[in-house]
Amino acid sequence: MQKLLLLGDEAIAQGAIDAGISGFYGYPGTPSTEIIEYAQKSPIVKEKGIHCEWSSNEKTAMEAALGMSYAGKRAIATMKHVGLNVAADAFINSSITGVNGGLIVVVADDPSMHSSQNEQDSRFYGKFAMIPILEPSNQQEAYDMMSFGFNLSEKYKLPVLMRITTRLSHSRSGVETKNQEPEKSLILPDDPRQFVLLPSIAKIQYNGLVNNQANIEQESTNSPFNELIEGTDHTMGIITTGIAYNYLMENYPNGCPYPVLKVGHYPLSHELVYKLTEKTDTLMIIEEGYPIVEEMIRGFLGHEKLHIKGRLDGMLPRTGELNPNHVAKALGITIDKSHNESDIVVARPPSMCPGCGHIYFYKALNEAMEKHGKGKVFADIGCYTLGALAPFNAINSCVDMGASITMSKGASDAGLRPSVAVIGDSTFTHSGMTGLLDAVRENTPMTVFILDNSAVGMTGGQKSAATARIDEICKGLGVDMEHYHVVNPVPKEHGTMVDIIQKELSYEGLSVIVPRRECVQTYTRRMRKLKKVKQA
Amino acid sequence: MKADIILTGVGGQGILSIAAIVSISALNKGLYIKQSEVHGMSQRGGDVQSNLRLSDKPIYSDLIAEGSADLVLSLEPIEALRYKHFLKKDGWLITNSKPYKNISNYPDENSWRAEIETFPNHVLIDAEKIAKEVGSVLSANVVLAGAASPYLGLTYEDLENGIREIFGKKGEAVINLNLEALRRGREFADKELVK
Repeated sequence: MQKLLLLGDEAIAQGAIDAGISGFYGYPGTPSTEIIEYAQKSPIVKEKGIHCEWSSNEKTAMEAALGMSYAGKRAIATMKHVGLNVAADAFINSSITGVNGGLIVVVADDPSMHSSQNEQDSRFYGKFAMIPILEPSNQQEAYDMMSFGFNLSEKYKLPVLMRITTRLSHSRSGVETKNQEPEKSLILPDDPRQFVLLPSIAKIQYNGLVNNQANIEQESTNSPFNELIEGTDHTMGIITTGIAYNYLMENYPNGCPYPVLKVGHYPLSHELVYKLTEKTDTLMIIEEGYPIVEEMIRGFLGHEKLHIKGRLDGMLPRTGELNPNHVAKALGITIDKSHNESDIVVARPPSMCPGCGHIYFYKALNEAMEKHGKGKVFADIGCYTLGALAPFNAINSCVDMGASITMSKGASDAGLRPSVAVIGDSTFTHSGMTGLLDAVRENTPMTVFILDNSAVGMTGGQKSAATARIDEICKGLGVDMEHYHVVNPVPKEHGTMVDIIQKELSYEGLSVIVPRRECVQTYTRRMRKLKKVKQA
Repeated sequence: MKADIILTGVGGQGILSIAAIVSISALNKGLYIKQSEVHGMSQRGGDVQSNLRLSDKPIYSDLIAEGSADLVLSLEPIEALRYKHFLKKDGWLITNSKPYKNISNYPDENSWRAEIETFPNHVLIDAEKIAKEVGSVLSANVVLAGAASPYLGLTYEDLENGIREIFGKKGEAVINLNLEALRRGREFADKELVK
């Protein structure tokens, strides 16, 4: 046993390593990225040859993890919450196929949208798939839940969803580790048709899943991660989920007077909820995320006997992540605030790094677009989304990974000229290639910019599947090479870039322009390493 | 023992290295720690903060409640003010005095200085100037840690050991430079206290 100082994400990776995992699969996305980054730096992972390369997107990650599970070994797929939308097809169907080796899908939600387009709650997906969900309240539980989750997954032959949120992902604490379990051997599923979801087989599998729900819930009732904590004051009972427990306890340093049901393992146990509410007529529900448990308990017709407080009646904010102050207010506890917020402080929005190629690309695009007017540029997810802000004000959409190309196509089909798409290299190989194929097939009049910085920049410069492949991919998809240009986004190429862009904007067909220059962050890091090697 | 510290600055200034030094020092002492960080989009030149909590008892929340922080430690003056309402009544506001001006509407110097000076417990320190004198502008964050060292709930020796551990791989010269940066920061804070 060892005590390590780990981020929640790192605790998950270490927990998986110690639980005998054979494969990490995932796509970078805040706040989930550090799980695989930690694994990639782990000497044990290297020594044992555990798979930990990035996948092209969350769907390919989920499917590869399922494949490893098919072969009898333990695997996890990691992603941010919106990544689960991309992987949803594989995810939902994996609950029908079931698994062979233990499979945990780790999804990091981002309440308050610190780095995301929405704050969707992945527990809905777990419920939708009818599989067990684990939600740790701290870094130690995150670690412990990996071994527990693999065992649970193998016991029920089902994938397990592990849901974490930003604060746990990106907060460090001491974690006690256990001895390493050995990796599982390669063993094929007992039933050779288990993974064949032909309707006739799927129906049987699905009925099995439905019939197993009572047993799965019994596991929750007996779970070490669901705890009914007695209290002295029965005027109210409290349910907390995940890290919300911490905000409750923060307000009661000498112990909470009310009985508390601390939930970390779903499906929600009816038995535990009934036990908690037996002696009380008021229930407060504190959840980090959507009011899922609250809606389940309130039901449609409500409870005559039970007064329920939570996010839905305004006791807690309806949206955003919780904090100790929100919970204090709901509990009627006053925190003495001696200092007011400053009146002179102004916002400091994120900005592109000095010298970033995106800056010079946007300068050229804005100049070329000037005579065409605003409102015609569809962009995507990445650092270049900051092009929406001043001083560029250059883009008009950011919806989901890959949507730039397809939205631009739809707008072009509607008659918009010029119609422009801006997408990064990694986002392009994540979900942009199929959209580009649609445009190639119809030679849609639009101009696609693939900003190739040869990295997944926004999340910290991970290896991009697109690196050194964009030219070949575009050629392979059938892009007309007469209208394919690679440019260098630097100040001295400004005039050349503007000329090429202007020419292609007026072309009544599909053009692809690739501004290519390495991310300044990865470049600086690479040079620093090189310098060190030279010095040594 | 309990110390709730908000570390703040602009993305890239190095608040996380301060957090690392303090955390490792606390861990070696057997204290409980929670340290939350900001990763992702807002890192790029935006305002960043880290909530660092040390205690001899288990810590629940990863976030510090408004009105309860013992210390706001900032690498940038207006970033210090951004979090001043998190401080408890007699909490300390310790900040680098050099503005990081990557925004056009940066408040004028008189107004931010005046607001910082309303705090009875404040230290305004030109950490970069001292760091340059020590030998590397990169040690500004360690100078700042030195200035905050009386209020971190750790002994000065704990921090020195933390520095030795964090910079261990970089060799004796780097360790000594940072130890000197820590000492100069502390010296400055001690002088301010006498004033």
